[in-house]
Amino acid sequence: MAKEVSLREAYGKTLVELGRENPDIVALDADLCRSTMTQFFALKFPERFFDCGIAEQNMVGIAAGLAASGKIPFASTFAVFAPGRCFDQVRMSIAQPRLNVKLVVTHGGISVGEDGTSHQSIEDLALIGSLPGFTIIVPADAMETAQAVRAAAAHFGPFYIRLCRPKLPLVHEQGYQFNLGKAVTMRQGGDATIIAIGLMVKEALEAAESLKREGIDCQVLNMPTLKPIDEAAITQAAAETGAIVTAEEHLEHGGLGSAVARVVARHQAVPMELVAIKDTYAKSGKPAELLERYGLTARDIEQAVRSAIKRKRLGASRP
Amino acid sequence: MSLPERCKPSSTSAKGVKAEVFSSSASFAEMEAIAKRLRRHIITMIGKAGSGHPGGSLSAVEILTALYFKVLRHKPRDPQWSDRDRFILSKGHAAPVLYATLAECGYFPVEELLTLRQLDSRLQGHADRTVTPGVEMSSGALGQGLSFAIGVALAGRLNAKDYRVYVLLGDGECDEGQVWEGAMAAAHFKVGNLVAIVDNNGQQIGGWNRDVMNLEPFNKKWRAFGWQVIEVDGHSIPQLIDAFDQSKKIKRQPTVIIAHTIKGKGVSFMENNPDFHGKAPNTEEVKLALKELE
Repeated sequence: MAKEVSLREAYGKTLVELGRENPDIVALDADLCRSTMTQFFALKFPERFFDCGIAEQNMVGIAAGLAASGKIPFASTFAVFAPGRCFDQVRMSIAQPRLNVKLVVTHGGISVGEDGTSHQSIEDLALIGSLPGFTIIVPADAMETAQAVRAAAAHFGPFYIRLCRPKLPLVHEQGYQFNLGKAVTMRQGGDATIIAIGLMVKEALEAAESLKREGIDCQVLNMPTLKPIDEAAITQAAAETGAIVTAEEHLEHGGLGSAVARVVARHQAVPMELVAIKDTYAKSGKPAELLERYGLTARDIEQAVRSAIKRKRLGASRP
Repeated sequence: MSLPERCKPSSTSAKGVKAEVFSSSASFAEMEAIAKRLRRHIITMIGKAGSGHPGGSLSAVEILTALYFKVLRHKPRDPQWSDRDRFILSKGHAAPVLYATLAECGYFPVEELLTLRQLDSRLQGHADRTVTPGVEMSSGALGQGLSFAIGVALAGRLNAKDYRVYVLLGDGECDEGQVWEGAMAAAHFKVGNLVAIVDNNGQQIGGWNRDVMNLEPFNKKWRAFGWQVIEVDGHSIPQLIDAFDQSKKIKRQPTVIIAHTIKGKGVSFMENNPDFHGKAPNTEEVKLALKELE
């Protein structure tokens, strides 16, 4: 098993580096800096750090005002609270005026675990994805997190970066280069393509390895930039493998699966299966137990791949 | 959607424009005359548009007149001038009074006021910072301006700029919880370069504040949140200017000016009439109103 590394720590450390390089970088939090790891920045640059207390709406507004005045604010809390607690503020104070605010949220998805439903963000990608102009990144490991945070600082406009709570094994090789807006081919294969984000990338790789033993050869794409999504990579994968499975730690509605399906439907219609949470809330439990209960494991991906391939063959045998 | 562009060094002012700091030598009498012109613009433009919010624009006329023609340091030909004082309209439905004021200052031609609310006009139904020169913030979803203003004020402090930030709230807007989140934070961060003005006309869309949602004791609420509180007659330009002067004397505390106003001020049949919160005058009413404002 590869060594597991915290995405949140990667964020916190990268933010300190950015703060050192650029005096216009500022950070905000809503009383969660010890969990989101903006505390590293707070300790180094106290005059550029604003703890807004448990008041996410106000935090978003202050971040917007700082951005409108030339600062590059990184605002952090749990994914369930931003956008959940401040959607209209994100919409009117950040998205509509296209301000240069970076929302980096942690504890996304159900892998937050024992805290239960109130803390499990399973709608955030749909909410932020609906806002014109937002760039969304869901990194798959700590290395990708660090580079995604740097990309957000280097590019103008609103960004949403969603991190999960658990540490994750590194899925990328040393020397990996994150490219904004580009899918990453993690594994080649001709029978089907698995497209995954966040902690589901490791599950996708495990599924592909397991399917290989059955003689099924899967391509695996990591899609760190959820929006704007890499349409060319999806279209090519659909054309080359004829079956697509998406895997995400989010509701089926409005997340990765929906985004990929829009591209597939428009450019290259092929059978598709979605591994995602099915129109329900989760509950308290250990992260691994929850991922299993709600159908987000390598086994679930394998099953989805078999279904997609079956449909592909059925389609091919039709006159 | 395409990928975002790489950040470029920001330019702080328009190039090739000889922009002057707005001269603020207007006398009280001249400002009274300007206020009357603003009221005429408000009636005319909302009447032409056929929809809009006259009541809360008319109540704020003297507040904006005092700010733009005496208090603010600004350059109408260079709206992005980095040293400008900032005026943020949080009660975005009062966009007509802001548009009229900006036009009178020279941010854009006065004739453009007649395009209010038309497709592709720079004068949107509610304030929109992406299209209108001089508009600092997109607003209309109530409760968001104070937080934004705090961010602008904090940036000024970080950048060692001496600009001041003024934000206009409605009293009804203060029903929104975010206003009080902002009130708490502004005092906590000791934002002394921030002045909130409440256009305290006593009414909101559903009627009198006290019937819809009681705000009293309003003054004490702000004081309890850590603000310097000044109460003035919001239709008295000298009182407003005095209050703005006084706000500068306290350095590490935000100031709120509770400006007691009359909704629909200046047009008899609109005064204290909540029907004209969000209803345009018809042709006949426009004529009557303009006659009163001669």
